Amino acid sequence: MDNPCLKRVFTKLPEKRWVMFLDSGELETLRNLAGGIRRDTVSRLPDLLEELEPNCQQNGIQVHWAQTTEEANSIVLNIARKADAKLAVKGKSMVSEEMELNHFLAENGIEALESDLGEYIIQVDHELPSHIIMPAIHKNREEISEVFQKKVAPAKKSDTAEEMTETARQVLRDKFRRAELGISGVNFAVAETGTLCLVENEGNGRFCTTMPRVHVALMGIEKVVGKLEDLPPLLTVLTRSATGQPITTYFNMISSPRQDGEKDGPEEVHLVLLDNGRSRMYEDELLRDTLLCIRCGACMNHCPVYTRIGGHAYQSVYPGPIGKILTPQLEGIDTAGYLADASSLCGACVEACPVKIPITDILLKLRHKKAQSKKEHHWTELEGAKNLFEKITWKGWKFAFSQPWFYRMQASILSRTAQFLPDQLPMLRSWSRFRMVPRFSEKPLHQLVEEAGIAEE
Amino acid sequence: MRRNYPEKPDKVYFMGTCLADMLYAEAGLAGIRLMEREGVKVIYPRDQTCCGQPAFNSGFQEEALEVVLHLIHCFPKAYPIVVPSGSCGAMMVRHYPELFEGHPLEQKAIEFSSRIFELSEFLHHVLKISLKDQGVPVKVTWHTSCHAKRELGLGDEAKQLVKQLENVELKELEREDECCGFGGTFSVKQPMISGEMVLDKCSDVLKTGSDYLLSGDCGCLMNIQGSLEKQQSRVQSMHFASFLWERTRGS
Ligand code: SF4
Repeated sequence: MDNPCLKRVFTKLPEKRWVMFLDSGELETLRNLAGGIRRDTVSRLPDLLEELEPNCQQNGIQVHWAQTTEEANSIVLNIARKADAKLAVKGKSMVSEEMELNHFLAENGIEALESDLGEYIIQVDHELPSHIIMPAIHKNREEISEVFQKKVAPAKKSDTAEEMTETARQVLRDKFRRAELGISGVNFAVAETGTLCLVENEGNGRFCTTMPRVHVALMGIEKVVGKLEDLPPLLTVLTRSATGQPITTYFNMISSPRQDGEKDGPEEVHLVLLDNGRSRMYEDELLRDTLLCIRCGACMNHCPVYTRIGGHAYQSVYPGPIGKILTPQLEGIDTAGYLADASSLCGACVEACPVKIPITDILLKLRHKKAQSKKEHHWTELEGAKNLFEKITWKGWKFAFSQPWFYRMQASILSRTAQFLPDQLPMLRSWSRFRMVPRFSEKPLHQLVEEAGIAEE
Repeated sequence: MRRNYPEKPDKVYFMGTCLADMLYAEAGLAGIRLMEREGVKVIYPRDQTCCGQPAFNSGFQEEALEVVLHLIHCFPKAYPIVVPSGSCGAMMVRHYPELFEGHPLEQKAIEFSSRIFELSEFLHHVLKISLKDQGVPVKVTWHTSCHAKRELGLGDEAKQLVKQLENVELKELEREDECCGFGGTFSVKQPMISGEMVLDKCSDVLKTGSDYLLSGDCGCLMNIQGSLEKQQSRVQSMHFASFLWERTRGS
């Protein structure tokens, strides 16, 4: 759990972000603006999607709808087959992680190569991303250098960041030239113009979307915005919150396949719109706010839990606070509801989120759903027993705390006996590993006030 | 300042909270004394129990609701209700309206919520107390409760009060508003993560070289105090109400 690399990075990142927002008044204004745009957009999601589709089509972008990740995968596979593709180069896309696309394509004989440096490193090392913006953040320079030595270019010297980048660049350039298919994510899709926007720093996204003959853009349906003029505020908060940059290095706006007379660009552009549970979130007024997310990662960098355990511990595509609210909704409360428990509800994420997602309120709602859930069939016996135990505990609690006489009796018994409780009782054991068992007051407050003659009504 | 504060009232209710009742009873009484000294009559309804937060935060809203229904009946008159705990305050201010959404007593719950004040904000903004220090020179540090800051929107009211004390030197924590790892049942459901968080908080406290750790939240206090004591630290943990009262009671 104690990863010094994580600790160091995550003390620096929030600082970098704060430097971007030195003026807290300005920060608030921007968050209100960006959050307002996202909220307005998401509330009109069905309409905007209906607007986006024909506008994309008019631009020559072929639009595909996928209800599930399976559907999305087979759409991509069909496109790849038609293009006779053996090799695909990919820009960073969390939706493709959600689909486990690389794995799926590999099973079908198509190599999908990550071209974002961080994604590339973990792909080569057969790992999963541990952060949505910085997928290889859990590795330090020495570890990455070792990956390069062992798995990328044993003959080359790859000690410094520059050397490693150079090595990766050479390997990737060749692949870019050979790939028949380019796959990318989408940060924003503008409904009124049918434009796909891609934010990136390495230029690999531009390569993926221009060099190969066919480009497939993967997008969660919530990434649509209404108008071009909605973009600047969203971009500003995205780059500042994500990496502490005032502006991104590359901002790609893809509005069509290659036109007559143009020198580059793909011959075909496809947009795959993935639902995968998002329209279900849309149905609920509070849960809908999950869809506001612009995937900046700030909530992770500021989360005291994430920064201590790292992204892999969540065992889900989306780690950190956003993962805790997103994954249980994507995969179902019975399968992934436990993630909602992995929070102290401190709200540091809510404070950091540039679009003001009420993450803790959503966590509470998910916990409520989980507590109400009756589907227990797939639970192991231990999980079932734990759940039953918790239900009984709260029933007992309800009784004890709504009957004043019982409550007072319990308080006075506890104040006299708690010190003798063995700290190895199941609940106390977890507590007392790091702390002394709480010391009860000699006399509870309601007794003290009685003795002090404080008025009763 | 989180809202418009009322004029100084003649009478207030004190909602002790279950944690203060059982673990920090002295702090509760100190809070009452601090207000009485300003000429305010304090009423402590004997039947009060808990704000419902433990069950609510664990997803057991129906159970929470029943306890809250009991609680709000204990405070029938229109007096302000003062609470010596930021996170219980946040529960009552922020979450009662949603807990009661569509309930026949929704209006009553909202009205109850609007009367809730956390102790430090009440002392600072409403009673505007001034404190005369009688104690020996000491160093203290302050841990901010996440819920007081982020849900209730409190600022540095408590620190302002502490700063009034002449012989007290306030040493700021490096990461004052980072969660101490308590989080109610989080501390037992995720014991390792919670444990690491509280250890980090303690080392931050120790680095300040303070004699006292003060906080305005009994949950955080129980957590950090428990860990400091486990480490056999000489730093004493105290609710700020006890601290303020102890240092000024002779005046
Ligand atoms: S929840 Fe907010 S802070 Fe976290 S990734 Fe999404 S937009 Fe960024």
